[in-house]
Amino acid sequence: MTQPVLSVRDLVVGFPTRRGVLTAVDGVSFDIAAGEVLGVVGESGAGKSLTGAAVIGLLEPPGQILGGSVHLEGKRIDTLEPEAMRRIRGRRIGMVFQDPLTSLNPLYRIGEQIVETIRTHAKVSSATASERAIDLLEEVGIKGARSRIHAYPHEFSGGMRQRVVLALALCAEPQLLIADEPTTALDVSIQAQIIALLKRLCRQRRTAVMLITHDMGVIAETADRVAVMYAGRIAEIGPIGDVLRQPRHPYTQGLMGAIPAVAGATATRLTQIPGSMPRLNAIPAGCAFNPRCPRAFDRCRRLRPEPITAGRTEAACWLLAHDAGVAS
Amino acid sequence: MQDAPEQFETPPASLPRTAQQPPARLTPAAAEPSRLRRFLDSDLLHSFLRSKLVVLAAILTTLLVGAAFLAPVIAPHNPYDLKSLSLLDSNLPPMWEQGGEPGYPLGTDDQGRDILSTILYGTRASILIGLASVLLAIAIGLSAGLCAGYAGGRIDALIMRIADVQLTFPAILTALLIDGVAIAIFKTYDLDAAKFGILVVAIGLSFWVQYARTVRGVTLVERNKEYVQAARLIGISPFKIMFQHILPNVLSPVLVIATINLALAIITEATLSFLGVGLPATEPSLGTMIQIGNRYLFSGSWWMVAFPGLTLAVLALAVNLLGDWLRDALNPKLR
Amino acid sequence: MSSAPALVEAHNLTRVFDVSKPWLNRLLEGERRRLLAAVTGVSFTIGKRETLALVGESGSGKSTVARMIVGLLPPTGGKVAIDGIDIWAPASAAQRQRLRRRLQMIFQDPYASLNPRWRVDRIIADPIRAFRLAADRAEIEARVGELLRLVGLDPADGRKYPHEFSGGQRQRICIARALSSNPEFIVCDEPTSALDVSVQAQILNLMRDLQDRLGLSYFFISHNLAVVKHMAARIGVMYLGRIVELAPTAELFAAPRHPYSRMLLDAVPDLAMTGRRRKPIEGEIPNPIDPPAGCPFHPRCPSAFDRCRAETPQLLPAGSAMTACHAVAAHKI
Repeated sequence: MTQPVLSVRDLVVGFPTRRGVLTAVDGVSFDIAAGEVLGVVGESGAGKSLTGAAVIGLLEPPGQILGGSVHLEGKRIDTLEPEAMRRIRGRRIGMVFQDPLTSLNPLYRIGEQIVETIRTHAKVSSATASERAIDLLEEVGIKGARSRIHAYPHEFSGGMRQRVVLALALCAEPQLLIADEPTTALDVSIQAQIIALLKRLCRQRRTAVMLITHDMGVIAETADRVAVMYAGRIAEIGPIGDVLRQPRHPYTQGLMGAIPAVAGATATRLTQIPGSMPRLNAIPAGCAFNPRCPRAFDRCRRLRPEPITAGRTEAACWLLAHDAGVAS
Repeated sequence: MQDAPEQFETPPASLPRTAQQPPARLTPAAAEPSRLRRFLDSDLLHSFLRSKLVVLAAILTTLLVGAAFLAPVIAPHNPYDLKSLSLLDSNLPPMWEQGGEPGYPLGTDDQGRDILSTILYGTRASILIGLASVLLAIAIGLSAGLCAGYAGGRIDALIMRIADVQLTFPAILTALLIDGVAIAIFKTYDLDAAKFGILVVAIGLSFWVQYARTVRGVTLVERNKEYVQAARLIGISPFKIMFQHILPNVLSPVLVIATINLALAIITEATLSFLGVGLPATEPSLGTMIQIGNRYLFSGSWWMVAFPGLTLAVLALAVNLLGDWLRDALNPKLR
Repeated sequence: MSSAPALVEAHNLTRVFDVSKPWLNRLLEGERRRLLAAVTGVSFTIGKRETLALVGESGSGKSTVARMIVGLLPPTGGKVAIDGIDIWAPASAAQRQRLRRRLQMIFQDPYASLNPRWRVDRIIADPIRAFRLAADRAEIEARVGELLRLVGLDPADGRKYPHEFSGGQRQRICIARALSSNPEFIVCDEPTSALDVSVQAQILNLMRDLQDRLGLSYFFISHNLAVVKHMAARIGVMYLGRIVELAPTAELFAAPRHPYSRMLLDAVPDLAMTGRRRKPIEGEIPNPIDPPAGCPFHPRCPSAFDRCRAETPQLLPAGSAMTACHAVAAHKI
């Protein structure tokens, strides 16, 4: 079994405050293989963005990694010195953020920004870097790249800018790409274009992708596997088809039922999950989802569930153990 | 697309009495803590207590303000009462120096006024004028800023041009101008009594622009927010929208500016008094005292300048520090 | 199509914005005036208890239409009538106020929709006070409590400030405020776009329940086709300020006629994982200041022909829907 590009084990991210530690990510584990897209989906407050930030080492203080490990191609990166981490960022891990407007420096031409990134991570001449930049821009679908390379970010539309951001993230040929809500700020038709582009580029380069989003639709189109996060924990993780068609965890089931469907008949009512995601300082004991779960029983309120395998997916739910006949 | 699992309650089509459960009480429903408890527990108080400098500044300010307003009670003498003064007691050094008298702890000035008492009364005058002028500046600046920001267009342009013109005049110059105009109007009768008002107007008029600009900026942002649109929707008058809906949201930055401005206002009053266009010599403020003392500085009577000067500096610094802290403390709460 | 009399009628609505530089700049730089036609010739009706939705991407003008309908933005052309009365030319101030009471609006951003310095009960009571619908404080308080319960909150929540609530709860408060004046017609501008999926489901269900219970009409603006399918009986698709298709919901999804509608539907991600192949979409929305001649969609349209470049198509019936497309009119597609 080839080694996964990214390996996260029992990651814990928290915020020490004077009233105690607020745990935002509590024991998250997953792997991403080369060329694979892992979708990390969850609602606001689930901790998915923080997980991405922790992997790339960009946690804003006072947030910090309080436990667990992050391995990139077998080597541990969460304990690296800031200087060493800086060298990895960009060269081996690329990142795409939500807002293309603020991801690009408005005062520099996009050509300059790409060339700067290329030359930071590879010893090439300015001319070579420029040529690479032009090739890259053409690859991401910007027509007339040779002249557009001298344009400023504000001269591009939102979709075009996000393409440039993608080019920037991939220009140093990283092994891992973290995309945090890359299409949320874009129109639906542009979203489709960007998603298709992302898939194509990463497949060609065998880049592992961690795609963070709240949009199940984007995940359905892009991801190979999906991890559903709730209250800082992974509720369910598995191949995309299996999770979407046969969700095991009650939260995933509720989520799928709550999304209005385009295909099929109009449902009279959307399934709704009562209540809302718990605040960081009020995460329930046992399973974090138990107060809202219609099938919670005694064990759920006492013990935090372990990930239990069911088919090709793993879900952190006692019901699966229960179903398997294990005494509660 | 799989069917919605039956386990999830699908609320009936007609709305029941309590439609949806209010969000699950995940924390045990503790009794709502009292406001005092919440305040003691708050981040604001915590950041305040953490900075020793700010606590010191707050204590000093409280002391000075308290002492100033208790002046009639705690001052050993009444420096404004001309009949109680005696020229024989003039130019006495502080009591720990040779020639000093215990009755006049910090010495006396050239008219025989006890420095300590004069500082107490003078600080009161300075603070009162400072407060009043800041309040006047806020009143003008707030209204101007709200109107300019909300109305936009020509009204905005007009108000901002007036503000620009106002800014080209240094505060002292404006104050002198108004003072001169007042002298021309009031002739000689009751000029002294009107001095207080003149000073307040003069200083207030030189400071309103800062408020107007800030308030206008915030108003421009707030006016596009949906809660203002919701108010316009139901036909609420622009006046009410400005003063009832938007005003509460612009107060935080105003408060911060006001605290810092207070220090500045006190110093401006001192400067004006120093220049001779402030409070009359018979009711000296800190600034007047410094002016009087200045004349005797080279003859060795240092206490007439030093103590009022020190008081002024400490007061201005303390208020300034408080203002700085307030700005930093309120900032994350604002946005 | 609804057979009930039309509560809301929009006729040939147009809105043009002047985005030229200040006249001094224009004078010195020799530039012309620049006008942005945000909305052109939009017409539709909404009946009682009916929901009409407008769908479109950014720059389509749907939010501008919403603001014109509800009385926040005067149209540069056309008219809006509630129960036959032109809201932009009422007979008197009193009539205008009476009209205002019958319409309300729910906005997109639950964080900017509530005054952060007011308590919730005061926010909800604002319309009650403005329209003088209650006699005294006790009555207002009772009504506010009732409204809070109606939207699924606790009457005791009235004493709290907005920041103590989550996004979904704030949107409920907005709904309570909108309902406080007993309106007949509510304009909803992307009411759930800023909310999580599970919260969105709660709010959408709530809105439907309220519609059934109180007999409301909704004008629902969204960029999300799935949400709109769930909420509306009829849907209008907007592109660059014009309605390009107006059809009953089922029909729009089963058989979209206009090429842009097809493109939009194609762009919706496939959650059912049917393995549907999506046609790649070309181009981006053109600059509304300088729209293409003729049909605004022709540069991106796979079925464009010469008439499309010359003449702007009108909204014409095609089956039980209405489409503004020369290709459809000429039966080419």
